[in-house]
Amino acid sequence: MVCEMETDQIEEMDVEVLPSMWPENVGTEADKQFNVEKPAGDLDTLKEVTIEETPTIADLTRLPELMNSTQQGSSQLTNLVKQWEYMQDNAVRLLREELKNLNRQREEAEAKELKIIEEYKFETNEPENVPVLDETSDLFRRFRQKKRDALVDSKKIEIYEEFDTVAYWKQKALNLEKMLEASTERERRLIEKLSESLKTMESQSAPVQELTQNLKRAEGFLHFILQNAPIVMGHQDKDLRYLFIYNKYPSLREQDILGKTDVEIFHGGGVKESQDFKREVLEKGKASKREITFTTDLFGSKTFLIYVEPVYNKAGEKIGINYMGMEVTEQVDKREKMAKLREDNAVRKAMESELNKTIHITEETMRAKQMLATMSHEIRSPLSGVVGMAEILSNTKLDKEQRQLLNVMISSGDLVLQLINDILDLSKVESGVMRLEATKFRPREVVKHVLQTAAASLKKSLTLEGNIADDVPIEVVGDVLRIRQILTNLISNAIKFTHEGNVGIKLQVISEPPFARENALNADTEEHEQNENAIPCLFKKYMQASADHARKYGGTGLGLAICKQLVELMGGQLTVTSRVNEGSTFTFILPYKVGTSDDYSDDQDEFSDMADHQSEPDDTAEGYFQFKPLLGSIYTNGGPGIGNDFLPHKVMLTSPIKLINGFVADPSNNTGQSEMLQLENGGYVDESKLETSSGHCPESAHQYENGNGRCFSKESESCSSSQASSEGGTLEMESELTVSSHTEEEKAETDLKETPKPKILLVEDNKINIMVAKSMMKQLGHSMDIANNGVEAITAINHSSYDLVLMDVCMPVLDGLKATRLIRSYEETGNWNAAIEAGVDIKTLENEQVSVRSTNRLPIIAMTANTLAESSEECYANGMDSFISKPVTLQKLRECLQQYLH
Amino acid sequence: MLGLGVDRLQADINRLLASLFHQGVLDEQFLQLQQLQDETSPNFVYDVINIYFDESEKLLRNLRLLLMDREFSDYKKIGLHLNQLVGSSSSIGARRVRNVCVAFRSASELSNRPGCLRGLEVVEHEYHYLKNMMHELFQLEQQRILAAGVRYPM
Repeated sequence: MVCEMETDQIEEMDVEVLPSMWPENVGTEADKQFNVEKPAGDLDTLKEVTIEETPTIADLTRLPELMNSTQQGSSQLTNLVKQWEYMQDNAVRLLREELKNLNRQREEAEAKELKIIEEYKFETNEPENVPVLDETSDLFRRFRQKKRDALVDSKKIEIYEEFDTVAYWKQKALNLEKMLEASTERERRLIEKLSESLKTMESQSAPVQELTQNLKRAEGFLHFILQNAPIVMGHQDKDLRYLFIYNKYPSLREQDILGKTDVEIFHGGGVKESQDFKREVLEKGKASKREITFTTDLFGSKTFLIYVEPVYNKAGEKIGINYMGMEVTEQVDKREKMAKLREDNAVRKAMESELNKTIHITEETMRAKQMLATMSHEIRSPLSGVVGMAEILSNTKLDKEQRQLLNVMISSGDLVLQLINDILDLSKVESGVMRLEATKFRPREVVKHVLQTAAASLKKSLTLEGNIADDVPIEVVGDVLRIRQILTNLISNAIKFTHEGNVGIKLQVISEPPFARENALNADTEEHEQNENAIPCLFKKYMQASADHARKYGGTGLGLAICKQLVELMGGQLTVTSRVNEGSTFTFILPYKVGTSDDYSDDQDEFSDMADHQSEPDDTAEGYFQFKPLLGSIYTNGGPGIGNDFLPHKVMLTSPIKLINGFVADPSNNTGQSEMLQLENGGYVDESKLETSSGHCPESAHQYENGNGRCFSKESESCSSSQASSEGGTLEMESELTVSSHTEEEKAETDLKETPKPKILLVEDNKINIMVAKSMMKQLGHSMDIANNGVEAITAINHSSYDLVLMDVCMPVLDGLKATRLIRSYEETGNWNAAIEAGVDIKTLENEQVSVRSTNRLPIIAMTANTLAESSEECYANGMDSFISKPVTLQKLRECLQQYLH
Repeated sequence: MLGLGVDRLQADINRLLASLFHQGVLDEQFLQLQQLQDETSPNFVYDVINIYFDESEKLLRNLRLLLMDREFSDYKKIGLHLNQLVGSSSSIGARRVRNVCVAFRSASELSNRPGCLRGLEVVEHEYHYLKNMMHELFQLEQQRILAAGVRYPM
């Protein structure tokens, strides 16, 4: 009540002041704005109070007090006073100057008047006319008296002297009178001016009024600046109770705020913090800023930047704080967003660098793999040297024990070779270097051969079965070597882990709609007694089902991994299903294409090629094969002949006599014997005999187990031909035939072909290479012509017809690639224009009957020193049919001849 | 010379060959070469190797001449020579000569003269090593054949 009373009183007191609060220059705008607010009727809102009335109501009770008590307040007042004093001083100085001027003018006027009076005789009549104002008249009177005192003598003298003529004096008196009038007029005007300036002096305002006006102006300015600023300002006393607050957008009434602390007003997050902060500032006596986020019921969650400074009284004691707050919620949001973005950026960068690292590691891994491949390759070369030497050694005269040791050595060596080949294959597939070939092959034959080879080295009483569905095409296109590899691998695995029962291959066609023209070839290999829990790791490299397994069965565990990789490389998939005690089935599905039968003879693979000569019509369409084990055929025989069965193909084919020639003293004796033994082994062995001997010597069987893998791979090329010799026997018997019989067969075949002896042209510039190749050809039963460069080759081809051209790629004058292109263009166009354009001199062109030959495509085999895939592609791109990588070996040459000479 | 050292000589030959294989001086292609030797050409290996040495000698001489020339820039010609050398070396199975030749060739492809000079040194070194080894081998072979030819009346 007391408070209200006070405010009321103050209101009354200041009613008159209020209208004149605004200075003229800002008044209009401000008035308008505030007038708008007034009619809105929010008379009791804090806003109104703080803006209009706080200065008047809340303020004036305390503000003057504050102003007086605080340093800031008093200094402001002193400033204002000083300013006012200065202005007053200035005004006084100006007035004084003016007064001085006026005085001087008046003195002059008086002096003149005096003069006139002196000259004027009739002074007594005039005196009362002059004075107007009291003061001046006073002055005048005093002055006149003085004059009178001073002038009495001289007047008298003048009068007496010039009193002669009346007219003269009258005239003079008139003139003087006029002058006097003018002077009086001037005097009057001066007096008017004086009174005017006195009036203006009076109208100069009082100091208090001036001060008030200045204050008003300052306040107006502040209002002008602050009216739209989103700022809250306030003053709080020592107990942090609000004494004064300015808030543009108030939501509380004045009485809710004044005299209360933050904690009493608000509730929620941040309030306590701000309170503590203010207290801290108060205690420390040092102004500071802080950002505080409030979450109150009143205005939700907002962040304020708060500036708090302590306030001292004149004695230097703290009496409270000034506080200023600005809402920065959006800015904080933005800043936080920025920070978040920056953080995200940093995280992304980190991830990127992590990724780079991973890429780097992957690259390293790839490099390591390549390194492995190279290493393996490097190991292979010397190892093949060792094995080769051992094989040569095995053809020398040895006693039984030595031979056995040597055989173990050779088979171990071969196993290592096989292992390295596996690693190479795997790393080739993984590094994407492996290229698949597309050749036509007969799936039935492949299955049969795989089973045959497996059966040939079977040491268990297992039955091998091949089951091929009727709808499987006779010929399909694919990479026959790789498919064989997969099948061989799976079958040898199956045999390895199966102790009794059947192992078989089923082949059937699955139609898969998504592949419009391609059907899927599905090959099952059945395998019994696969341990079920080992399945997940079956396809992993170097992983054996268990340590136990590894000891029991041996092997590296690479096989299935390679199979899987190969199948996937061909676009298929390899799966396995397994049940304990019932067996496992490995299934792989491959897409395939059916080959067109037109160019049947051209593109055939060696197996079907061979089979063709054997006049076995049933063979191509047969769908079922069964192989019984041939146990003991090798082992029961014993003796020095055993080793020969394990000798690699190449050694056997190139009759050992030649091989040994350089090293063995009397070859005839030795080789004759071995030849005989081979034939013996190759002979027919009764089935019953085999079976009885099956369980016979497990030790020796175990001993040769290592050799199996090698036998498969090396024998694979010769299987089909060996099959030829078993015309009389059943299929079951065929499996028994081993490599040894091959030599004979080969010879027989070449004999057959000798009637139309094929003409071969070797294009090669290197003397040594020519010598070697020629000698090899001689051993293979062929002779050949030699051309030293591309031009010679073209000339030779122009002169006579050849069945095969072996073309060196890198040659002087005209290289192999260009020469081949020219030959191909000749075949297509029937003329040598392209060659002539290229600068080859061909004279006898016109005489030749070219048209006949140009229909036949001349097989051209490149001989290249680079075995890289690119250069082979280059060869194919230039029209070559195949390529042999240098150095040329007998084996390569033979394969090539078999493929291209019919 | 009494025909008693045949076995020992054979062992020496085998050991020498094995060491050459082991060192990588020779590779399996040399075995191919040996396989090609038969009654119709009993000295095939010897002949081929001799021709190889003749040819290589010429090539190396040319290479040296080319590289010693101060205003030399014909790397292509060097490449051709080296191709020859690589081809014939790989044909007889002279693995190490072939390998260093390939390195030499890649230096020549880069027109790297110091590399070429170094390459030539290495090739010459390898070549002479091979020649010495082959010389030894053929001498042993010769002795062995002589020893094997000795017959004593029973």
